[in-house]
Amino acid sequence: MNKIKRLLIPSLVAMVASVTAAQAEKLTLYCSAQEDWCQLMARSFEDATGIDVNMTRKSSGETFAQIKAESSNPKGDVWWGGTGDPHLQAAEEDLTEPYVTPMRGELHDWAISQATSAGDKTIGIYSGALGYGYNTDLLAANNLPEPACWKDLLKPEYKGHVQMANPNSSGTAYTTLATMVQLFGEDEGFDFMKGLHSNINQYTKSGSAPIKAAGRGENTIGIVFMHDAVKQAVSGFPVKVVAPCEGTGYEIGSMSIIKGARNMDEAKKFYDWALSTDAQNLALEVNAFQVPSNKGADTSPSAPDMSSIKLIDYDFKTYGSSAERKRLLQKWDEDVSTLPQ
Amino acid sequence: MRNTTNTKTTHPALIFWIVAGWVGFLLLPWYGVEDGILSFEWLIDGYPFDEDYAPAAFLIAQGEKLWLAPLLIPLVMSLAALGRPKSDPLYAKILLLTGALGFGWLTAQGFGIGIRGFNFEWLKALFGELGDRQFGMGFGAMVLASAFLFIFTQGVAARGAINGDVFVVSAIGGVIVIVTTFVFFPIAKMLLAAFVTEEGSYSVGVFAAKFFDDRLWGLGCLSGGRCGVAWNSLFLAVLVGLLTTVLGLVFALVVTRSGFRYKRALRALTVLPIITPPFVIGLALILLFGLSGAVTQFISDLFGVQPTRWLYGLPGILIAQVLAFTPIAFLVLIGVVEGVSPSMEEAAQTLRANKWQTFCTVSLPLMRPGLANAFLLGFIESMADFGNPLVLGGNFDVLSTEIFFAIVGAQYDQGRAAVLAMVLLFFTLSAFYAQRAWLGKKSYTTVSGKGDAGVHPMMPNGLAVPVFVIAGAWGLFTIVIYGMILYGSMVELWGVNNTLTFKHYVTAFSVRIEDSGIRWTGAAWDSFWTTIYIAAAAAPLTAVVGLITAYLLTRQTFAGKNAFEFGTMLSFAIPGTVIGVSYILAFNVPPIEITGTGLILIISFIFRNMPVGVRAGIASMSQLDKSLDESSLTLGANSWQTFRKVILPLLRPAILAALVYSFVRAMTAISAVIFLVSAEYDMATSYIIGRVENNDYGLAIAYSTTLIFVMLSVVGVMQLIVGRTEIGRRMSQSRTNV
Repeated sequence: MNKIKRLLIPSLVAMVASVTAAQAEKLTLYCSAQEDWCQLMARSFEDATGIDVNMTRKSSGETFAQIKAESSNPKGDVWWGGTGDPHLQAAEEDLTEPYVTPMRGELHDWAISQATSAGDKTIGIYSGALGYGYNTDLLAANNLPEPACWKDLLKPEYKGHVQMANPNSSGTAYTTLATMVQLFGEDEGFDFMKGLHSNINQYTKSGSAPIKAAGRGENTIGIVFMHDAVKQAVSGFPVKVVAPCEGTGYEIGSMSIIKGARNMDEAKKFYDWALSTDAQNLALEVNAFQVPSNKGADTSPSAPDMSSIKLIDYDFKTYGSSAERKRLLQKWDEDVSTLPQ
Repeated sequence: MRNTTNTKTTHPALIFWIVAGWVGFLLLPWYGVEDGILSFEWLIDGYPFDEDYAPAAFLIAQGEKLWLAPLLIPLVMSLAALGRPKSDPLYAKILLLTGALGFGWLTAQGFGIGIRGFNFEWLKALFGELGDRQFGMGFGAMVLASAFLFIFTQGVAARGAINGDVFVVSAIGGVIVIVTTFVFFPIAKMLLAAFVTEEGSYSVGVFAAKFFDDRLWGLGCLSGGRCGVAWNSLFLAVLVGLLTTVLGLVFALVVTRSGFRYKRALRALTVLPIITPPFVIGLALILLFGLSGAVTQFISDLFGVQPTRWLYGLPGILIAQVLAFTPIAFLVLIGVVEGVSPSMEEAAQTLRANKWQTFCTVSLPLMRPGLANAFLLGFIESMADFGNPLVLGGNFDVLSTEIFFAIVGAQYDQGRAAVLAMVLLFFTLSAFYAQRAWLGKKSYTTVSGKGDAGVHPMMPNGLAVPVFVIAGAWGLFTIVIYGMILYGSMVELWGVNNTLTFKHYVTAFSVRIEDSGIRWTGAAWDSFWTTIYIAAAAAPLTAVVGLITAYLLTRQTFAGKNAFEFGTMLSFAIPGTVIGVSYILAFNVPPIEITGTGLILIISFIFRNMPVGVRAGIASMSQLDKSLDESSLTLGANSWQTFRKVILPLLRPAILAALVYSFVRAMTAISAVIFLVSAEYDMATSYIIGRVENNDYGLAIAYSTTLIFVMLSVVGVMQLIVGRTEIGRRMSQSRTNV
């Protein structure tokens, strides 16, 4: 019995200690950006305000699912980061709270138009263009030509060398699908996806996995956001970034306050803080090469220059809506994913 | 508690539960306190009048939540039992009625009224809109519910069930209620979710559409396309079951029937799968055999072949799972292979069978139960495995990962997840059933009291050579893989920059000493401490529940015992992903609302690991002679005293085994955990999966390696303690009083 007591008592002590510790102001943050960035944002906000932050990192799809599951009884306060579509979808399904921040004057137009299109329930915090990257070593080892356009990826010599995420589980891949539909028209867009399908070696679950696999030499070409590819190149992997010649779509990384948040005041404090230059300059510390939404924030010389990339007029309102998303995903599931490779 | 024979005064246990009931009703906060009851913030924040913290009595007095008022009736009624002798037939009747009424009403109002008022249309139709709502039950409700339950069981005991033994009846009642609440209720809720349409009504058509989906049962792979996930999972699990059984048998034969010297080292292998986080092996395989893996590069340089991605898909998952689960099969088979009594084999040889004939016709058939068990375990572990398919799956989808992505994917289809979970559950339960059917009722007992030479015959030579080759090759492979894990955690950037560094350990586990004390700056500390705390809280509770159940199963007879045993063992056959999904569905809404807390993790671990505690308890209790209990009972002790003073001390090894096992499993579990972690309670394994998904392999492997060493030391320390625990009765006094 004594041994059991010896085991029991420390666990009880730990239990009591841990629940009594959390007394101060607190904030529950759902973060859909990369882990180190999420950590840095959470810790910096704690340092700046003294508010305790509980942060969970999950992909934007997972976070959206969680917020929806918890909608009758919200557990989170703020959802920061991740591609804009699920944020717009959350706004449309009334899962998030409208808020007009005093910081708006300092922001780029695209950040504010993201907010107005969703009835002020979300706002842009960074943007990034879609593209792809390839592993230069592997490309050379396989004697493959250097691709420069979207349609280059359909060439038969790339069979088994291209990787993208599954649009069902990744916001990045859905953006790719929606971009193709907008760039080439729906029919030709789906023909493109079908052609691509026969060259794909794996549909990953997470959006940036293809380029990370390319960096480690497990894959040749990865369709991702360019800033993710730049990050791999900067970390020392043999990755070259391509801005496709036909033009490309882009994402607006967004932030929303969850409807019925338990710590509404703290949530708003975080919201305002996250749009300040100080908070947005943190991105460079963790090699996040997105374009920040605050005009005064620093941009990295390694970041893709948005003005030199041919951007399509991405219709966030239409392609961010639940109905359109569901329709496109279902069509992709039925017409593309079932094809033999 | 000594009153089983005393009829004059009221049973103190009854007084205790009646008082507890009143305390729960009058004093404790009725609804869940957001910051946890133990923070005591509620005491200074408007208690007892604030609606969030008020006890039921104060709520009713203020005219709120009036549906709680009927609970007063059974509470008052229970007082009538005080002072009555136990032999009075009214005594039992009062208790039964009180318990049933109270518990029944408590449950009914909990399910009937939820966060949006009435939960059922017919209640709305009957009473109109309620205009009020309630959140999840809290401490007050929990204490009152327990009080009603145990008042009821005392009533049952007073009626003469199990010889009027209050402790045994209460224990049975308690176990039934918690197993129903935390195993059957969530599973039922999940099964129901498979029938829900998008509008929220129920329909069989929805279920059928999801169940007969081509993605589930398609047979495209026979004609060059892709097969459904159900076939993928089944095929993989059967292969893994067969291969692990064969390999496990090979190792067991080496240990028991050969002149091999280093048997102890081989036995140490059995610890490996228990302490290895579930996806580390997958990572190591990528580092070796991936497109740019060390072995792949070496071979392609040597022979000039083009490297391929052959690892991603069935081959990769298969190798990883066989590596991971072979030691489990070994663990099962070694006991059985040892247990085959040499006398049978001697008899065969005396009758002039040669070694081959003896092995094939005597030894092997006697190992059947072990083979069946090993196959079953391999099959179930493979079905339930989540980490390896996630890392190595490529385009080979299996049920466990599909369930996960049906819930977290952008399509967010709980119904599909529920259908997939049902298919998975069907497979594992069928395997259980098939195993029982195959073993049948034949006798495999060979160890009798009669003496034998005690030495197993050697394997025939024709068998020994391949067995040694296979065992040697596989053992070496395992060592290389684990070496790789250690090495992988210490290189800068795998495949690109192979300089050795402790960078990843620093990122994960750095600390800074400041004026205010130690600041845990490493990225992994949060999840590390949470994991330790959750595992440490779950382990003793698992052991308690497991041992009490084992005690009931071995030492008591009661009606419905078989169903009771099935119910307590069921959660073993339920894969973790299924538990995860069903817990989310069942416990995110009142009356039991515990998602996002540490409690839900602890509970899921208790019920995931309970069967092992039960098995360990049964195994050691059946070694204790019943005469020990009987003499204790004859000397006037009741069954609780017997359990505490006689059986428990003799069970120390079993208790420790259950503690270690559940602690370690809680640290390495992933499949259920990944659904249940929250911002505040992130666990090590889900943190590592996050790193893996981001291809941050260095940190993931460094963290896993640390976990392996932490668990190794836990297991080691426990082994030391168990090793010194001696339970014989002839030991010197000083040593038994540990």
